[in-house]
Amino acid sequence: MNEMSTGLRDLRIALVGNPNCGKTALFNTLTGSRQRVANYPGVTVERKEGSFLSPGGRRVRLLDLPGTYSLRARSPDEVVTRDVVLGQQAGVAPPDLLVCVADATNLRLGLRLILELKQAGRPLLVALNMFDIARHRGIEVDVERLSALLGLPVVTTVAVRRGGTEALLAAIDAQAPAAEAEAAWSAPDAAGLRALQREADRILAAVVRVPDRRDAVTRRLDAVLLHPVAGLVILLAVLFLMFQAVFAWAQPAMDLIDGGFQALGAAVGALLPEEGAAGLLRSFLQDGLIAGVGSVLVFLPQILVLFLFILLLEDFGYMARAAFLMDRIMGGAGLHGRAFIPLLSSFACAIPGIMSTRVIDSRRDRLATILVAPLMTCSARIPVYTLIIGAFVPDRPVGEGAWSWVGLQGLVMFGLYAAGILSALGMSFVFKRLLWRGQPTEPFMLELPDYKLPRLRNLGLGLWQRAKAFLRRAGTIILSMMVVIWFLSSVPRPPEGATQPAIEYSFAYSIGQAVEPLLRPIGFNWQIGVALIPGMAAREVAVASLGTVYAVQDAEEDTAQLGQALAGRWSLATALAFFAWYVFAPQCVATLSVIRRETGGQRWMWFSFGYMLALAYLAALATYQGARALGLG
Amino acid sequence: MSFIADTVLAEPFAVLDLGAAPQGFRGRIRGLRAFASGGLPAEELERRLLELGFVEGAEVELLHQGLFGRDPIAIRVDSATIALRRREAAAVLVEPI
Repeated sequence: MNEMSTGLRDLRIALVGNPNCGKTALFNTLTGSRQRVANYPGVTVERKEGSFLSPGGRRVRLLDLPGTYSLRARSPDEVVTRDVVLGQQAGVAPPDLLVCVADATNLRLGLRLILELKQAGRPLLVALNMFDIARHRGIEVDVERLSALLGLPVVTTVAVRRGGTEALLAAIDAQAPAAEAEAAWSAPDAAGLRALQREADRILAAVVRVPDRRDAVTRRLDAVLLHPVAGLVILLAVLFLMFQAVFAWAQPAMDLIDGGFQALGAAVGALLPEEGAAGLLRSFLQDGLIAGVGSVLVFLPQILVLFLFILLLEDFGYMARAAFLMDRIMGGAGLHGRAFIPLLSSFACAIPGIMSTRVIDSRRDRLATILVAPLMTCSARIPVYTLIIGAFVPDRPVGEGAWSWVGLQGLVMFGLYAAGILSALGMSFVFKRLLWRGQPTEPFMLELPDYKLPRLRNLGLGLWQRAKAFLRRAGTIILSMMVVIWFLSSVPRPPEGATQPAIEYSFAYSIGQAVEPLLRPIGFNWQIGVALIPGMAAREVAVASLGTVYAVQDAEEDTAQLGQALAGRWSLATALAFFAWYVFAPQCVATLSVIRRETGGQRWMWFSFGYMLALAYLAALATYQGARALGLG
Repeated sequence: MSFIADTVLAEPFAVLDLGAAPQGFRGRIRGLRAFASGGLPAEELERRLLELGFVEGAEVELLHQGLFGRDPIAIRVDSATIALRRREAAAVLVEPI
C-alpha cells in the first residue's frame, strides 16, 4: 500500500446495527456537536455524518447508517444502509471500517446481522454496546470467545458514559484504510436466514450466560403501560400533558422574547425620525423586520417543549409502545400501526413526519400516511392558534377544585389538536375506501425495546438541532416573506394630504380586496386574505403578516397588541372560521416539495394540496355560517 | 371424551399456532407455516418473521395483547420483545412448555 496516502487520508467509518441498539447515542458521543444532517444524493434518506479526532491523532469521518435487521433491504432507508455497506452508494466512498453496533442485552438479532455483514467481506468491527446495562442485569458475555468464534475484533462500549468508548477508539486507531474491493453479497433466502440465525444462536449459547429473567423495570412498566385499558388511558394522558405543557411551560420564555423584541423595536423607533426616507427605513425595521421576525421567533420555546416531549418519549422507548397501543385504532382508519410515529412527529412538523414514513415498507401504506400527515397540527400552526386563542378565549380554569389546573385555553388547544387527529383518521379512512379499495394493509411488526433513561446529552443535541433548523427557517424563508409583506403593505406610500389610512393605498390592500369576494362567505376580511398568501410559504408567517398589516395600518400599535387588535376587529364567528381553516390549512411550500420528492412526482403533491384547500374552505364556510346562525356573528 | 384424553396423552406436545395463543402462553417454536398476508407473499412473510428471531427452537411468551380483538400481541422471543398482529403470528407454530 502507498504509505503516504495511508497516513494522510481521513478514516471513513460507518455505524451499522439493529434499530434501538444505541447506535445514535454512540454516534453522538463520538462526534459531539460536530455532525451534520444532509440527504443522500437522489433519495431523501437522512445522511448523518460527523467527524472526530481519534486519540492517535487521526481524523475520522463517521457515518450513522439507518438501523436495519438485515441487508436484505426493503425500505428506502435500508437500501441506503445496504449500498453503503457494500460500497455501492453513489456519492459515498466505501467505508474503511464498518462498526457493527450490537445491543449487549439483546444480542440475538444483532449477531445475525453481524454474520450477514461478515459475508459481505468488508472490514468489520463489533461494538457490544450498553455493556454496563448487560452487566448490571447479570448477563455475562465472554468477549474473547465471541471474538474467536466470529473471527472478528470485538470491543465493549457504553455509549452514554465518559470513557465508555475507549476500547472502540483504540481499535479504530489500529485500523488501516481498507483496500477498495467490491463486496460480494446476495440477499439470503428463508433457508439462508434460518441458517444464519441458527449459527448466531449456537455462538450465543457458547458465549453468553443470561439469567432467566427479563429486565425487571421493563416488565413492571409494561404491565401498566401496555395494559389493554390502562395503557390507552395513559397514552391519552401523556398526549394531553404534552399539549398543556406546550402552553404553560413555554410562557415565561415567550414573554421574555416578546419583551426583548418590543424593546428593540422601541429603541429603533427612537433612533430614526418618522418623516421622509428615514421614516420608510424606520417603518421597515420596526414593522417589517422586528415585528415580523419577533412574532415568529416568540414561538421557539413552544416548539422546543413539544420536541422535548417527542425526544423524551423516543429515548425512553415509549414510541414503539404507543404504536402498539394505537395499531388497531389506526388500522380501523386504514393506516399502518407504524404510521403512528410519523404522525406523532408531524405534530412538530410535517416534513420530518413525512420523511419518517420511510419506516413503512409498503408504498400504499406509506402514501396514505404522507397524505394525512399534514393534517396533524404542526408546530407552525401553534403561533396561529395561540394568537387567536389569546384574543378570543378567556384565560381561566375550566372548573373549580379538581379541575382548576386545567386551563380553558389549553383545553381549546387540545380540542384543535383533536380535530386535526380526527380529520387525519377520517381522511385516511376515506382514501382507503376510495383510492385503494380491497387492498390489505401490510403486516405490523415492530420490536419493543427495553425502557431506558433518556440521557441529557442526547436530548440536548436533539433539541439544539431542532432549534437550529427553526432559526434557520426564521432567518431565511420567514424573514424574506416578511420583507415582501412589509413592502406590499407599505408601498406605494399615500399621496400628500391623504385622508385614508396609509395601508389603503398599498399593494397589499389591492390584493386583499381582490381575493376578498372569495373569502367573504367564510367570514375572512381583506387583511386575512393578505396573510393567507404568504402563509403558504410557512404557516406561522400568517401571524407575522397579520401583525405587519395591522401594525402598518395603525402605526402606533405594535404586535404585542395584535391579539387585542383582533379581538376588537374580528367577530367570534370569524375567529372560529379561522381556526377551522387552519385545522386543514393547505400545507406550506416546503411540505409540498417534500411530498413531491417522497412520492416521486407532482401528482400526489397537487392531490394533497387540492384536497386540503377544499377541506379548509368547506370547514371554514360551515363554521362561519353555523356560528352566524347561532348568533355569534 | 376418552378419545381426546388419549390423543392428548399420545401427543403431549400439541402444536398450535401462536396467533391463537392466550395471554401468558409460553412455548417453543416448532416451525413456520407462512402464508400470503397483508399483500406479502408467503416467502416474504417467512423471511420477515425469521429476521425478527422467530426461528425453530426459540422460546416465546405472549406478554401483552391489545384491547380490541386482543390484538396486536407482544411476544417475547428469547431476548427481544416483538409486537405483531395475531393474523401474522398464526404463521408461527409453537408447542407449550
